[in-house]
Amino acid sequence: MLSRTADHLYWMARYTERAENLARLLDVTHQMSLVPQSVATENQNWGAILALNSLEAPFGAAYDEVNAENVLRFMVADPANPSSIHSCLRAARENAHAVRGTLTAETWESCNATWIELREQKFEQILSAGIGEFFDWVKLRSALTRGVTFGTMLQDEALNFIRLGGMLERADNTARILDVKYHVLHGNGNGAEAGEEGATDFYQWGALLRSLSAFEVYRKVYRDAITPARVAELLMLRMDLPRSLHACADRIVHILDEVANGQSAETGRRAGMLHAQLHYARIDDVLAGGLHEYLTDFMDRIYDLGEGIGRDFLVPAG
Amino acid sequence: MSANFYNEMYDAAGGLRPYYRDYADWLAATPPERIARKRAEGDIAFHRVGITFAVYGEEAGKERLIPFDIIPRIIPAPEWQALQAGLRQRVRTLNAFLHDIYHDQEILRAGRIPREQVLNNAQFRPEMMGVDVPAGIYAHIAGVDLVRAGAGEFYVLEDNLRVPSGVSYMIEDRKMMMRLFPELFSRHKVAPVQHYPDLLLDNLRTVAPQGVVDPTVVVLTPGAYNSAYFEHTFLAQQMGVELVEGRDLFVKDEIVYMRTTQGPQRVDVIYRRLDDDFLDPLAFRADSMLGVPGLLAAYRAGSVTLANAIGTGVADDKSIYPYVPEMVRFYLGEEPLLNNVPTWMLRKPDDLRYALDHLPELVVKEVHGAGGYGMLVGPAATKREIEDFRARIVAAPEKYIAQPTLALSSCPTFVDGAQFGGVAPRHLDLRPFVLSGKSIEMVPGGLTRVALREGSLVVNSSQGGGTKDTWVLEN
Repeated sequence: MLSRTADHLYWMARYTERAENLARLLDVTHQMSLVPQSVATENQNWGAILALNSLEAPFGAAYDEVNAENVLRFMVADPANPSSIHSCLRAARENAHAVRGTLTAETWESCNATWIELREQKFEQILSAGIGEFFDWVKLRSALTRGVTFGTMLQDEALNFIRLGGMLERADNTARILDVKYHVLHGNGNGAEAGEEGATDFYQWGALLRSLSAFEVYRKVYRDAITPARVAELLMLRMDLPRSLHACADRIVHILDEVANGQSAETGRRAGMLHAQLHYARIDDVLAGGLHEYLTDFMDRIYDLGEGIGRDFLVPAG
Repeated sequence: MSANFYNEMYDAAGGLRPYYRDYADWLAATPPERIARKRAEGDIAFHRVGITFAVYGEEAGKERLIPFDIIPRIIPAPEWQALQAGLRQRVRTLNAFLHDIYHDQEILRAGRIPREQVLNNAQFRPEMMGVDVPAGIYAHIAGVDLVRAGAGEFYVLEDNLRVPSGVSYMIEDRKMMMRLFPELFSRHKVAPVQHYPDLLLDNLRTVAPQGVVDPTVVVLTPGAYNSAYFEHTFLAQQMGVELVEGRDLFVKDEIVYMRTTQGPQRVDVIYRRLDDDFLDPLAFRADSMLGVPGLLAAYRAGSVTLANAIGTGVADDKSIYPYVPEMVRFYLGEEPLLNNVPTWMLRKPDDLRYALDHLPELVVKEVHGAGGYGMLVGPAATKREIEDFRARIVAAPEKYIAQPTLALSSCPTFVDGAQFGGVAPRHLDLRPFVLSGKSIEMVPGGLTRVALREGSLVVNSSQGGGTKDTWVLEN
């Protein structure tokens, strides 16, 4: 298929997934802010979201204070912020529009309808209706688009590049959410010594799990109290949790295998190495080496895979 | 008023034409509420699918819908057969003309057309001199605009040989009619049109460069911001070929490739929906970001077919149009089957004098204009507009032609705010799409455009025109 078509499909999926995960991250931050804490701590947590996306400078240029409302406005509705949910859904729609002939009518219409509905919502309305409701809407629209995509599209190369974009983005985003929240919840991120759990901690870890749709899963898998080490293990190393790093890496390896061309062997090899590392890892070793360091390295390698995919398939030199 | 114009549905005495009888019975028997509901349903469906034109953008209103009217334009079979013969003859002639002027220029040497009219024409492409194109076909897709006037005779208004559009509306209008009123199609034997993309693909494959067994065909679009982008997507999808932009293609050693996820793939036939000027920045407009550097060289080397060919504009230019009947006689030795509208060429002093004396009754057009822009419709213009136009003509008469104002035929059409059940006569034209390859093919009918404003003679969508389904009745 045409490289540009693959590129649009890949980015349509990435932006849709990114909008969803941003909603998840903002949702968990919002929920964690509901437990009693100092204003300074709360604002620090909102600030961490900006840091995570390297957005402190553009935010500072447009807003005077880091607080819940400003960060939410910036990350949800600000068209000037290329990383906002607004901008992601617009970019997803624009990419879909460019290749609407390749999509099924249902996929295109779902993507288009999400954008049209979003455009009609003012931030003040979103806020007064309850921001949680909005995050649910974003997740629901993303699930709907994914559902009609997998339910209607031919299982060919086009679908593979959609899956590839979605998985790469999800791997990165899960790592980000875990990194920023683990850090907040667990001091400096060195989780080797599992701390005691208070009621607050339980609530906070629960919110993190819920944000990745993993709360009930945790109960089912461990049938035990929530500990940071198990949370990390679940979100990173479990192969059967759809949003875990291991699961994403597993899909990426398979899809790269299916779309492989004459120049993509090196990218496939690197994906395989990343997958093997997660496949055979033990959470104690990961934590002993420093979770933050591990996740940073993981995100770098996902970025590197993205570059490789771009070079091999999406924007090849003439 | 209606008495002055040929009406497609009623004869001069006000009686129904026989081929409209079944439809009129059905319309009279169908409750107005059902019609209203179906019309609304049609609008919604067109919006939802996104069959829109004009610029794509964020603001609502930028993506506009072309109004669709549910009263079909019906053409009986014998009438269509006559038209079809005329269209074949005309398009064969125009292709012969293009081949001739880019080779031996016999028609110029025979003095049938003034040399300078062709050679100094901005649409004449010297780059095409001596280039042999497959099967000698230049205009693979022609959209010939026909109007009906006077007592019902057809005239060719213009031959669109560059990148004629509108065929997607022809197909979507039919799909919509069948969806809204399936019962009509069991009462009428309407000749199908939906196989047009198949005919187009077959046709494009027959003109692939010599020796190519299984040619790769692509549609080349200027991109998502082009007003006809919907049609480009539609045709590529219906033919099952790639829709490419200039940046998807590259030329190496005079061979055109597209960039795919499996590496470069050779391209043999390009159905381009991009004007000549933008095709190749190395050969034409250097600032074009839409084209493919080196495309002209590859084309001249014969490694790729462009449809339509480069340089077809010289044959559909309004300054060449008056000579088409003469071309038919010259190349085919036949008398033309289709009428030309009598045309005064204002570069000629006699014609100019006549036109300036009769401006209020004439239609004046820019020689290179298109899309209904830059024209004067004398009878509909104010004194002031006429005087403004007179000044422009006097300043550069060679830029204009004049024609009598034709009494365009009309057809009953649903219009807002009209009496008599919301139906009133509106003027229309017809654009059949003629495909030339190893043979000449067309689907019966074409796109009927209708001027929705009362009394308006301008049917272009950019000027408030709508469309109707066009029925050629079998038997």
